[in-house]
Amino acid sequence: MKKLWIKLLPLFLYPGLGYACEGDCGNSPWALLDPKGPIAADEMHLILTAFGLMLIVVIPVILMTFAFAWKYRAGNKEASYTPKWDNSHAIEVVVWTIPAIIVLILSILVWNSTHALTPEKPLASATKPLVVEVVAMDWKWLFIYPEQGIATVNKLVIPTGTPVTFHITSDSVMTSFFIPRLGGQIYAMAGMQTQLNLIADKAGTYRGLNTQFSGEGFSGMNFEVDATSPEAFQSWLQETKTVGQNLDNNRFRKLEEPTENERPAYFASVESGLFQNILQKYAMRQMSASNENHARMMQAQK
Amino acid sequence: MFESALFGKLTLSAIPYTNPIIMSAVGGAALIGLLIIGWITQQGQWGYLWREWLTSVDHKRIGVMYIILAVVMMLRGFSDAIMMRIHQAYAEGLGQGFLPPEHYNQIFSAHGTIMIIFVAMPFFIGLMNYVVPLQIGARDVAYPFLNSVSFWLTAASAGLVMVSLAVGDFSQAGWSGYPPLSEMQYSPGSGVDYWMWSLQLGGIGTLLTGINFFVTIIKMRAPGMSYMKIPVFTWTILVTTVLIMLSFPVLTVTLFLLTLDRYLDMHFFTGGMGGNQMMFTNLFWVWGHPEVYIVILPAFGIYSEVVSTFSQKRLFGYASMVYASIAIAFLSFIVWLHHFFTMGAGADVNAFFGIATMIIAVPTGVKIFNWLFTMYRGRIQFTTPMLWSIGFIITFSIGGMTGVLLSVPGADFVLHNTEFLVAHFHNMLIPGALFGYFAGYSFWFPKMFGFRLDEKWGRRAFWSWLGGFYLAFMPLYALGFMGMPRRLVHYDNPIWQPYLLIALAGTVLISYGIFCQVAQLYVSIKNRAALRDTTGDIWNSHSLEWSVTSPPPFYNFAKVPYVESLDALSYKKEHGIPFRAEAPYSPIHMPRNSGVGVAIGAFTFVFGFAIVWHIWWLVIASTLAILVALVMRSNDEDVDYMLSAEEVARIEKNGAQASASAASGLSHHDMITQG
Repeated sequence: MKKLWIKLLPLFLYPGLGYACEGDCGNSPWALLDPKGPIAADEMHLILTAFGLMLIVVIPVILMTFAFAWKYRAGNKEASYTPKWDNSHAIEVVVWTIPAIIVLILSILVWNSTHALTPEKPLASATKPLVVEVVAMDWKWLFIYPEQGIATVNKLVIPTGTPVTFHITSDSVMTSFFIPRLGGQIYAMAGMQTQLNLIADKAGTYRGLNTQFSGEGFSGMNFEVDATSPEAFQSWLQETKTVGQNLDNNRFRKLEEPTENERPAYFASVESGLFQNILQKYAMRQMSASNENHARMMQAQK
Repeated sequence: MFESALFGKLTLSAIPYTNPIIMSAVGGAALIGLLIIGWITQQGQWGYLWREWLTSVDHKRIGVMYIILAVVMMLRGFSDAIMMRIHQAYAEGLGQGFLPPEHYNQIFSAHGTIMIIFVAMPFFIGLMNYVVPLQIGARDVAYPFLNSVSFWLTAASAGLVMVSLAVGDFSQAGWSGYPPLSEMQYSPGSGVDYWMWSLQLGGIGTLLTGINFFVTIIKMRAPGMSYMKIPVFTWTILVTTVLIMLSFPVLTVTLFLLTLDRYLDMHFFTGGMGGNQMMFTNLFWVWGHPEVYIVILPAFGIYSEVVSTFSQKRLFGYASMVYASIAIAFLSFIVWLHHFFTMGAGADVNAFFGIATMIIAVPTGVKIFNWLFTMYRGRIQFTTPMLWSIGFIITFSIGGMTGVLLSVPGADFVLHNTEFLVAHFHNMLIPGALFGYFAGYSFWFPKMFGFRLDEKWGRRAFWSWLGGFYLAFMPLYALGFMGMPRRLVHYDNPIWQPYLLIALAGTVLISYGIFCQVAQLYVSIKNRAALRDTTGDIWNSHSLEWSVTSPPPFYNFAKVPYVESLDALSYKKEHGIPFRAEAPYSPIHMPRNSGVGVAIGAFTFVFGFAIVWHIWWLVIASTLAILVALVMRSNDEDVDYMLSAEEVARIEKNGAQASASAASGLSHHDMITQG
């Protein structure tokens, strides 16, 4: 019994106690309310704004429910009783208009925020973006740094203050790439490429994960994000280039075998064009099929 | 070779006899089944059961059977829920909890499938079967035999889900079964096939029901009942049937394409060869989102009836309610993409679907306000159905708010696929749909059986469900903000655990609520003499189902009523118009019960099982059997009879008590008096 109470204790001690964890230490447990980058911060403010606007309707509804239920209870003979009253144009106008106005305001908010926060949009910054190619595999994440020529598994290291452009695909089923403290998620789909742009403002270690159920190893498909200073990032690059193994075709095929709860791994070099090859693997037959069709059509026209 | 021809992919190893959890569930279910069968045999009631219930084409009996099916499946779906909650509460750290991943993944896939397809659907279809013909002054539905077929198709598919427990496994790809995970390459077992075929065959039953009730409401309303005099529950059903007819064919085709992928190695949803996995996702939700409103709109109708009746007041804004239902139905078809904003369709597309989703909040909000203004200046009686309704209004408002939040693409990017989403849709479906069905169940129970349900146990059930709901799902909202994804079999963040423990406590409280409902039924049957209703209009309500005795005679109305006004019964009561038909009576044309529906259901079950296991000879045999049954039925001339005016007079004189025994006598051929 005592143990249960100890476990319940953090509920009352919110927020921000340090606690034992992997990949997310020392941060507030409320990942979505503890943004470490501008995208996540905007998304949090969006949630809070929309939430506030909706309370304009929801709080009166809840209060009215209690008030009406109490005042017009059958036992209260003092309250007025109009059994035939079933229509009021004034009330009808109000109950259609107020929600409509709030939805109109929210719609403007949606239109603007959706365009501002659309994941493929490059982020304005003086610093040149870092490109990371992300491949979802069974059941781990492969990160390829094409410009640096290195690759990692289940470990993402990024410099702070630098926009990061993720090109994302899957070498298996559909998954969803998500770093809660940096900003919103996007699906990883085989044969298709999605994009996500994020920045980390603050240095730290954050949790990244897959949110889309993808089979038996799904729950362990997490990775650590190390946001470090640009200098530390450079020295990490150098270090990785010297100590890691090479991700060639054979090693990649081994990586493709399904594994669970994979530990981080580092590769000093990576076969060039690997990401494109993975994309092609699922898209290629489709492309050639449509090319053939195209050729056939051209011939028919002749 | 011979074995595979005979048994397809089925081998003895398909029975998970090494898994004690599954085997005890199978054993428990089998034991309960045997006890029921034994009890019926001991009572010598098989003949009665077969003649009066299983083969019945009476919409009232079919309705009750649908509700029984829903309740049985709810117990199964809830067992899954409590297993998930216990597991997750203790799954902190690797290899923790008591379920292995392959079992846990089946449980959450089965839970979703069962709760939507085999609990929500049959529950409201049962209520609608019972109530709609009575509300519109009809003697039956348009196609009584088809109604029986629909029920048995649904029951057969539910049976298929249950059998997957004992033979083979269920899908491990989630209730929505997204490819490529649900494709042969990633899910080679029988699980996805069980899921696919139970959805497919049950879906056909639902589609037939949709057509049946659409025609019934359009063509069989009592004279005088113009569209704006249709009772509000029937209106929501009319809108629901349109949704069913438009959306279920999409599900049928989508599952058929997946079938081609899995059985014939085609490439509709696999990568390459022109296939596209996201096409499934789109099509699934083109059905899936209207499906949400298919289960919720009928509940809205029930709330309207209940709130008006127990506020002892006319429904406020009837016309608004009707237009709001139609608006919701229309909008439900243009919001499907909000289930996957994270596909990356681009800002314009996402913004369009986000805004369309929000617009649904307007007609829904109007409905909420109309219920509130129905209570306003009323005389509210806090009966169990009314408690469910008030609990709904408050809780559903919270769920609606979180729903609008999820419809903002920028917010959805961080909330999607987290426990926040799980909390949101349970917040819509439990208070939104299930509480409504419970309200309808206690509201119409006296109509169905002639005595009302015990109030004390009903109130206990309500408070346990309501409290349990908040305890079980509010922590999940919080966990969403902590970034916890759904469907985890283990996690390494100890701070999540207390919230999951609270959620577990909520589930335990809900179990107590379910216990109270079982106790309520038991106590009510025991005290039925004291709870009996002899008036037929126990709640002093307003529509035609309350104008006949409780339970109604099997032909519903001795004379088809004339409808002067909305709230037809209130009008008759106020103007002193007699609403119980008096002599002289005319003969009544009635459909005859038929065992063909049961046979088609049984053959469909065999077909489903055979195709899951690739037993081709049996697939062909069962298909032929279904066709033969249909041909035989089509050539059967003896499908109806005339109930003589004297019989009607006798039944009307003796009242409700006699009607049941009269019905049983009349289903024997030799006792029919030709009119």
